[in-house]
Amino acid sequence: MKTERILLIGNPNVGKSAIFSRITGARVIISNYPGTTVEFTQGKMKLGDENVMIIDVPGTYTLEPTCKAEDVACRMLQEDGLVINIVDATNLERNLHLTLQLLERGIPVIVALNMWDDTKHRGICIDVKKIEEHLGVPVIPTCGLTGEGIKELIGRLPEAKAINLPASSDSQKWEKIGKIIEEVQKLTHRHHTLLETLEDLSIKPLTGLPIAAGVIYCAFWVIRFIGESLIGYIFEPLFGKLWLPLLTKLSAVLGEGSFLQHILIGNLIDGKVNFGQSFGVLTTGLYVPIAMVLPYIFSFYLILGLLEDLGYFPRLAVLADNLMHHLGLHGYAIIPFILGLGCNVPGALAIRVLEERREKFIAATLMAIAIPCMAQIATIVGLVGQRGGRYVAIVFLTLFVLLILKGLILNRVLKGASPEILVEIPPYRIPQAMAVIKKLWMRLSGFLREALPFVLLGVLLVNILYALKIIDFFAYIFAPILTNLWGLPQEAIGALIVGFLRKDVAVGMLGPLNLTTKQLVIGSTILAVYFPCIATFVVLIRELGIKDMLKVTLIMMLVAISVGILLNLVL
Amino acid sequence: MTINLTEMQPSEIGLVKEIQGGYGFTKKLHSMGVRPGKKITKVSSHFWRGPQTIDIDNIQIAIGFGMARRILVEVER
Repeated sequence: MKTERILLIGNPNVGKSAIFSRITGARVIISNYPGTTVEFTQGKMKLGDENVMIIDVPGTYTLEPTCKAEDVACRMLQEDGLVINIVDATNLERNLHLTLQLLERGIPVIVALNMWDDTKHRGICIDVKKIEEHLGVPVIPTCGLTGEGIKELIGRLPEAKAINLPASSDSQKWEKIGKIIEEVQKLTHRHHTLLETLEDLSIKPLTGLPIAAGVIYCAFWVIRFIGESLIGYIFEPLFGKLWLPLLTKLSAVLGEGSFLQHILIGNLIDGKVNFGQSFGVLTTGLYVPIAMVLPYIFSFYLILGLLEDLGYFPRLAVLADNLMHHLGLHGYAIIPFILGLGCNVPGALAIRVLEERREKFIAATLMAIAIPCMAQIATIVGLVGQRGGRYVAIVFLTLFVLLILKGLILNRVLKGASPEILVEIPPYRIPQAMAVIKKLWMRLSGFLREALPFVLLGVLLVNILYALKIIDFFAYIFAPILTNLWGLPQEAIGALIVGFLRKDVAVGMLGPLNLTTKQLVIGSTILAVYFPCIATFVVLIRELGIKDMLKVTLIMMLVAISVGILLNLVL
Repeated sequence: MTINLTEMQPSEIGLVKEIQGGYGFTKKLHSMGVRPGKKITKVSSHFWRGPQTIDIDNIQIAIGFGMARRILVEVER
């Protein structure tokens, strides 16, 4: 049989992406919570002599769409192709419901019984031959994470069959599934494992809340510890001992005051290259992303990856549900926020896990204003931190208060109510070292590939704008707002302009301005609030539509202006 | 006796009797495995009308308070 398209379809969090990545070798983010994949991903594989397109479809419980992610899945099915139905072997009953729906569609189907390794220690015994007989299509036990069974799955793809079951009602399907399960599955009694005891403890409010506080505290502590150590022991010495002498020589060769020296090295501070303040492409342009931001990106994504693969975040979502309701969201909105702390772009994409327009609008506004990305956090910590830890605390506390206040207000002002949470909580799984490292590498290389060029471009742009006196022009125009309302020098406009491009560079630009501590705090806070970076902005336009995004933008500007004034008065 | 899901005690076991709600709501719950006749165990109940978590076929599901109130359960007391 000839096929050009293979769809991977299954319930949420059954391991579709893991199998996708195994089959195609493509790198996709795999985590242990429902809703990791919000958009279908395509990849290719060779089947015989043919190139076949493989599509990883967002998880769905039914073929009648009840939310946007499911809608994507259903639309994909309209076109022809072969379906690999990924089934969670530890939860046959619910998964087979989708299988039966697929079989009624008359599409060729092959079933992968995924998470096969889990069935053993869960005391579940499944007769694969018998399921095959009942369903009439090939059924192959697999384990996406270890790769077990994948070869057989691919080998048996040609056996996939369309069997055109007659259409039946839901209750008829459940009845049929009941009969199948009775024959193919045997459960043996077993005791609670340690992980399961932990699962219970972390979801019960009395024990769950202290555990959540502990996890968050430890996560921050470890992220800071790793980040600071990397900077102090590796990146600082690397730049100071190896890179600095080279640059000093280069600077001399280029000649002080020459255009190239100005662009590449920047201003010499007391006759020396200063990584924080010189602002050349090769000095500050490399120092900010690599020595200030990268170490924190590394430590953040390491810890994030571990917690994601463990399956902790859905539990945090349930615990935070109450608080989030006051902000017009439900608990699961915490997932885009957490991802947004790494980089607002994946955070903005994850807003798709929310169903309604109102929620999406609120989540997008809150994230764009009050969730700084790790690159920005790192530069704020690096720059404001020099003046004392409590000033860093003021910046982040202001952002947090803004998050809460804005949520409360939007929830009051916008018509409608916050929808309720309804989500499956995955079992804890021990994170696998290789999987965590792979994911970390994907995210790090993503940062180096996508962010680094932008940072260098940003610094280059700044220097050109300065050379052409364009920044002086804007500084003159915006001086009333900057100096009268916010108490900042008019030169700070340069940072605000670059902030559209990259927030980390923008914060870094406050460095050479010789600001007072108060000005530095105000500047950093405004930079976090006034506008998301261009990459996030583009994604949000796509997700919300241009009209809603214009509203969000207006809110951001108003908030930025008022926060600046308020901080200027209070501090 | 018949109570709603929010009234169950932690670790109490019951049988789902009825889901009161529109087509979309019942359909979604059914497809997640919550449907009449299924045995469920209450896991936890969060403060101030917070979400309710239940265990059904070894899968945990968190359900908002308002939704949980519309799930009727038969328990032995």
